Amino acid sequence: MDQEMVRFIEPLIPALRRYARALMRERAAADDLVQDCLERAISRWHQRRHESDARAWIFAILHNLAMTRLRRSAQRPVHVALDDADAANLSLAAPQEDGLRHRELLAALARLPDEQRTVLLLVTVEELSYAETARVLDVPIGTVMSRLSRARERLAGLMCAEPRATLSPPYLRSVK
Amino acid sequence: MSSRPITEDDLNGLLDRTLDPARHAEVIAYLDAHPDVAQRIALHSEQADMLRAAFAPVIDEPVPTELDLSRMIEARHRPRRAPRWAMAAAAVLLLSVGAAGGWSLRGMTPPTSEGAQALAREAAASYATYAPDQVRPVEIRASDRDVLAAWTTKRIGRPIGIPDLTAAGYRLMGGRVVPTEHGPAALFMYDDDRGTRLVMLARPMRSERDVPMVPHADGDLNGLAWADRGLGYSLVGAIAPDRLHPLADEMRRQIRSEA
Repeated sequence: MDQEMVRFIEPLIPALRRYARALMRERAAADDLVQDCLERAISRWHQRRHESDARAWIFAILHNLAMTRLRRSAQRPVHVALDDADAANLSLAAPQEDGLRHRELLAALARLPDEQRTVLLLVTVEELSYAETARVLDVPIGTVMSRLSRARERLAGLMCAEPRATLSPPYLRSVK
Repeated sequence: MSSRPITEDDLNGLLDRTLDPARHAEVIAYLDAHPDVAQRIALHSEQADMLRAAFAPVIDEPVPTELDLSRMIEARHRPRRAPRWAMAAAAVLLLSVGAAGGWSLRGMTPPTSEGAQALAREAAASYATYAPDQVRPVEIRASDRDVLAAWTTKRIGRPIGIPDLTAAGYRLMGGRVVPTEHGPAALFMYDDDRGTRLVMLARPMRSERDVPMVPHADGDLNGLAWADRGLGYSLVGAIAPDRLHPLADEMRRQIRSEA
């Protein structure tokens, strides 16, 4: 049983780390979250339904843990400013010429409501199917679809609305 | 035949590559005719690419040691890295008999591998196996209580009382004999109106014949273990310790008054 569990879960760890990083933004907090998630997955492995569900099952564990933590930290008065520290916290090396847009994107992502950010990340970055995403979030597929549309619109709006004054030289967005 | 109208779901489907080829072609044709929508979708597509690119480096990072799954599983099996409840149980045992036995605290070596700590572990394992079972959680149902009592008495080698928790809202579902590292044990399962299940495990204790009630916990699962006159008991369930404790007290009271 242990071997089966390792064979199934281990390949998912990099993706779990990625989703956690996108939600928590800070590397240590994200890995801490993944560790909790793996502990739970190990102890509840017998409770999962089918092998085909296992990816959604383990992402759901991670997602629920993350939401609990984010809610808890939102209750505390500490608020991390969305600024240049973001990219550094994420430990993501952005190509130099894309640095501004990269920061702009992460800042816009951070401003999405949780329910939109999570759907967008699960579908776009983790490439979960709509059905899997619905299982992770425990909502109907229709809700996934409508949140996804809103998330895309909102993200586009936020990126367009970024104050141009901070961007120099005159910044032209390439729209294909 | 005119095609179905293009929906926002279709546009998402195009971005997420979930459309069948026929629909894909229809959506592309629609975008060709509607440059404003096409521009919006192009922006969304570009954003999706940027998001993927932004988080892609995480995938290539070496996985930190603390997320090594095999290591984590191994750690769970190793008594030295036992969960907190085992430490607590061991600590209580050490406090109660430490002076006489002279065990060392170093390394948290449990005084024996068959004591209350092992019992608690076995009870948690039995819970994990049988409590989620929708088909056959118990071998003998509560309606055959006498058969259950006779069977467990025969296999465990001494009578084991079956506590009654109906006053507290838990009905006896039934029970079975289960294997442990230290011989057969009796398992009794209870549930309440909401389907919350509790498992009590009982088996003889060779070395720690009398142990005060000690709590143990593993994730959401809480338990209490104790031993009276050579019989060890552990009650476990996914309920809060402050709700479990009165139930364990009641069980112990009934068992003692029967003895």
